[in-house]
Amino acid sequence: MKILLSKPGLDGHDVGVKVLAHALIEAGFDVIYSGLRKSPEEIVKLAIDNQVDVIGLSILSGTHEIITTRITEEMKKNKLQIPLVVGGNIPAQDVELLMKLGPKAVFPTGTRVDNVVSFFIEMKNSK
Amino acid sequence: METINKPTIKPVYLESGIEVEPLYTQKDVNDEIQAEVPGQYPFTRGIHPLMYRKSPFTIRQYAGFATPEETNERFHFLLKNGQSGLNVAFDLPTQCGLDSDDPRAFGEIGRVGMTIDTLEDFEIAFKNINLDQITVSMTINGSAIVLIAMYIALAEKWGYDIKNLRGTAQNDILKEFIGRGTWIFPVDKSVKLVIDTIEYCAKNIPKYSPVSVCGYHIRESGANPIQEMAYAFCIAKAYTDGALQRGIDIDEFASRLSFNFDIYGNLFEQIAKFRGGRRLWAKIIREEYHAQKDNSCWLRMIAGGGGGGLTKEQPENNIIRSAYYALISALSGTQTMALCSYDEAYTIPTEKAAELSLRTMQILIHEMGICDTVDPLGGSYYVESLTDRFEKEIKEEMKKVDEWGGIINAVASGKIQESVSKQAYTREMGIQQGVVPKVGVNIFTKEEAIKPVDFHPYNEEAANKQISKLKKIKQSRNNDKVTEMLAEVRKDAQDDKNLMPSIIAAVKEYATVGEIIQVLKEVYGEYNEPIFF
Repeated sequence: MKILLSKPGLDGHDVGVKVLAHALIEAGFDVIYSGLRKSPEEIVKLAIDNQVDVIGLSILSGTHEIITTRITEEMKKNKLQIPLVVGGNIPAQDVELLMKLGPKAVFPTGTRVDNVVSFFIEMKNSK
Repeated sequence: METINKPTIKPVYLESGIEVEPLYTQKDVNDEIQAEVPGQYPFTRGIHPLMYRKSPFTIRQYAGFATPEETNERFHFLLKNGQSGLNVAFDLPTQCGLDSDDPRAFGEIGRVGMTIDTLEDFEIAFKNINLDQITVSMTINGSAIVLIAMYIALAEKWGYDIKNLRGTAQNDILKEFIGRGTWIFPVDKSVKLVIDTIEYCAKNIPKYSPVSVCGYHIRESGANPIQEMAYAFCIAKAYTDGALQRGIDIDEFASRLSFNFDIYGNLFEQIAKFRGGRRLWAKIIREEYHAQKDNSCWLRMIAGGGGGGLTKEQPENNIIRSAYYALISALSGTQTMALCSYDEAYTIPTEKAAELSLRTMQILIHEMGICDTVDPLGGSYYVESLTDRFEKEIKEEMKKVDEWGGIINAVASGKIQESVSKQAYTREMGIQQGVVPKVGVNIFTKEEAIKPVDFHPYNEEAANKQISKLKKIKQSRNNDKVTEMLAEVRKDAQDDKNLMPSIIAAVKEYATVGEIIQVLKEVYGEYNEPIFF
């Protein structure tokens, strides 16, 4: 399973996303990390070009609602039907709201790395 | 005896990999320490002879206000309360050199700090404030040259003699490539811009500190305490080398250089890090750069509790951690202290939490006797031995960077980023697997209800106001003049001249941060982030 991890928006906090990338590679996944400041258009293009199976966004600046909305719109526009997951500094009370926007999963602040890895393993097994 | 006892004791290693003995004695301390005096080279025991006995460390908390108007209110409040310094945070568009009306700024305007588009915003932020009475500390990096130019332009426009202007800019672009991420231009061009500010300030605003080198963010990105100091020193040397190449005297530059460091983890390890680091930096400046003046050799620093040590679990524990971090900082002889608030691991600090941080530092100063005597740990067998070890280890780590082709190359190739992020992963796994004990996280845990996390709600109305303000100024300014000034900036960039004079002239005509950065992007190109993790 090929996973695209990306940092949308202007937020430069990339420690978490890199730690997760390491952990997913350890768990046997094929991981592409986009680097910082990617626009929804760039992220969707990267996903299509690299034929990834899932997109993971890391957002820490509080812009999760705006960005998730824009990415799902861009995915629809490009008829990209793969799961989207969102993590980072996401307040627990926003999870429900974000889930309504379309992601397969939202990992709020304080989620353990191994829980995220387990989620991807389950996703892979149920494919 | 030793051979019988030793195997029964589990070995202890610091985060930096140094093994700790169960006991230290006089044998572990070198003789030179006897002769070391605070305020004298190599300043292991402190940069001033009387340190806090003369005046305690400065308390400076970081604060973000969304608009120039709010910032102005805050300035007036502080001045009324006898304070004269303010740390200014900027929003991400300003930090990345994008104007409020740029589509990429959408949703980010005023979110993590003040928005600045043009000089008009500075005129609002500093309205009715005597610029020679305050010191403004600007947390700005990628677009720092424009913001520094703007501050100078403001002072000149208002008739101040800029020779007396005081203040600091973070302006440490090399660490932005390692952590924090507000880079814009390729690494070499980014460093060139820093050197432009250094050169201009050395010649025109001698009391302004144009650079604060940040080990802090490097450590927060995963570096261990040795690497934090080593990489920061390598970065500081890169700026120093650049300044010297412009013909600036080491004694003119080095005394304006300051550092920003992180504190979390083992108490003694941090203290030794600062004491050993202070001695090594003094030696580098004197022995390698031949500085004559003593104050050129000072490791002037702000050091405070970092977010990296705080936990979302049982957040009240962070109050205790922060108090220890403050103690560490004071025992290390810091000049300025800032503490993260206990709720900072998961939210924007509440007023109550920010007040607790302030009180923590005040209790330390006024109740604990921390200011009574200089370097109270000086002469401790353990601390002195570890101080020596840190001096040696930091030096070794700096040699590794040299082997990677120097810090500029090591950052451009992603070598440093790779080594730092690998460590962040190892540490995180260590915490998850319980190898690195963390109270409330992997030991002494308890079931906790999920707490709601507060973000300052996004103020769309304020953002829209900012955009219409920008629209207005773009209509009312002399646009022919702006075009002309931007062409000057472009020409100076192409000719590899110092860009400060043309940028100052451009911002005086209300050229925007985004317009100037865009011109420079067209000349220099943009940073192409190497993907290493």
